Amino acid sequence: MTGRTITEKIIAAHCAEPDSVRAGAIVTVRPDVVLLNDVSGPLAFTQFDAMGATRPFDPARIVLVADHFAPAPDIVAAGAIALTREFAKRHAIPHFYEPGRGGIEHTLLAELGMIGHGGIVFGADSHTCTAGAFNALGIGFGSTDLAAALAMGQLWMRVPDSVRVVLTGAPGPYVTGKDIILDIIRRMGSDGAADASLEFGGPGLRHLPVDARMAIANMAVEAGADTCVFEGDDLSAADMARRGMAPVAAVAPDPDARYREVIHVDLDRLSPIVACPPSPAAGVPVEQLRGQKVDQVYVGNCSNGTLTDLRQVADILRGRRVAPGVRMVVVPATQKIWRAALAEGLLDIIAEAGAAISTPTCGACFGGHMGILAAGETAIATTNRNYRGRMGHPDSQVFLANAWVAAAAAVAGEIVPPGEIAARILTETAA
Amino acid sequence: MSLNIEGRIHRFGDEVNTDVILPGRYLTLRTPEELGRHCLEGLDPGFVDRVAPGDIIAAGRNFGCGSSREHAVIALKAVGVGAIVVESAARIFFRNAVNLGLPVLVCPEAARGLAAGVPARIDLDRMTISQGDALWQVDPLGAEVRAILTAGGLVPRVRQALGA
Repeated sequence: MTGRTITEKIIAAHCAEPDSVRAGAIVTVRPDVVLLNDVSGPLAFTQFDAMGATRPFDPARIVLVADHFAPAPDIVAAGAIALTREFAKRHAIPHFYEPGRGGIEHTLLAELGMIGHGGIVFGADSHTCTAGAFNALGIGFGSTDLAAALAMGQLWMRVPDSVRVVLTGAPGPYVTGKDIILDIIRRMGSDGAADASLEFGGPGLRHLPVDARMAIANMAVEAGADTCVFEGDDLSAADMARRGMAPVAAVAPDPDARYREVIHVDLDRLSPIVACPPSPAAGVPVEQLRGQKVDQVYVGNCSNGTLTDLRQVADILRGRRVAPGVRMVVVPATQKIWRAALAEGLLDIIAEAGAAISTPTCGACFGGHMGILAAGETAIATTNRNYRGRMGHPDSQVFLANAWVAAAAAVAGEIVPPGEIAARILTETAA
Repeated sequence: MSLNIEGRIHRFGDEVNTDVILPGRYLTLRTPEELGRHCLEGLDPGFVDRVAPGDIIAAGRNFGCGSSREHAVIALKAVGVGAIVVESAARIFFRNAVNLGLPVLVCPEAARGLAAGVPARIDLDRMTISQGDALWQVDPLGAEVRAILTAGGLVPRVRQALGA
């Protein structure tokens, strides 16, 4: 019997028939946590009732977050949040998070200490794969599947193949997790990782703090992956400890584990990458887009709304202004990050530069509210999708980039390598 | 699940994502009537006026990629789409469709060969797609997928399991 991948091992540990867990097998999996939001939740609650279910499998392992249309922009959205709140109340689910106490679900789930080494979360959101950053499996589903998961505490699934991603070297200036995943997606294509789990490892891993790993894991689905998982290490263990989790050994792949494909990413050779509309797979080096005008700059969302991202933004904006004719919206991913950024003075730097700072919300990332684009407008955003009409009008467009690149575009009014803006700051300070 | 589906073919390309099937600004809506009005609005605003009950969508690679929003499937069902034939489908969309009783058939040859605007027929018992003289054989559905479709979707299947 050949060895197992991380994905196979984690699934086997959550399956009644662990020996049957092999890539391609159909198995029944019991997750540690089930996650829903104010968009996917209300549909799931209706289906839960229609299934004749009377109580969820384990209220303590369900997390409900009002993050998409939150704070509610209109009466219909308020009704959806009310349904989520009522479901939590009716079933005594302690983990329900309102604006002001929560944030964007995937970032929040990590912060709550509910996902760590070897865990599985099923989420009614495609970016549940963010949990891969923590040596866990996050698997996205729709509302009816999660209604079944709420009722039964389990779902059937195909054990994904695994694609090994070997990271070597160390990222240079202004190269972040975002650039690593945009590079992988442009190489693999938007369905190159279909039916697979991306498994990240290699000596380059130690240069990637957990925030960078979250940015990478978050967009695995944009390569078509079922899920993804990072190897665990001292950094992920320290992160678990910081979040109050008991130490658990990380799940490592067997040396003879079987991979569908092995790809190598040399971090030394990467430069900042920007994905052109309308596909996350249409990445090009930032230099190629020099001079592309932008109307709106958006920093936030479940991939890049971390304290690390806000520090990068503040680094560029310190002592500078958002360019005339450009508007900038900055959305810390959680209340905790928002407060940390306040305490560090980042929010003041960002506000002084002329950017609007929002309470945590999924907001404009999915075209919901808080920064929608008009016809003909162009945005650069640290978000994860730039499909046609994603942030508003079908004739608007979105470029995806890291927080350095986004902030540099805010200052320049057009896309520019961030090093050039940073150099300009130094020159002016010296003068 | 009705074993036979007959309707006209509507053709789309690759990467028909759930954002264009049901744009994010409508995600507070929850009823089929409301969602159906915006079906495929992000890609083809005239679709809702052309589509008739039982019609079949033929499309390319990675159909339904992106957001897990089940609203996309509810909207397609609401306007009467009877089945979707694709070169490939994104995992979450495929599951959502099956769970709501909307068959998604992965058959690259048929997805490329079906002519737009012309009626076609799907026989889910024999797993065939036909249009005029053309006939395509589709790979069998997985046992779990077939069981869900046969039960009429995941809700009745779980109801059964719960003995409710």
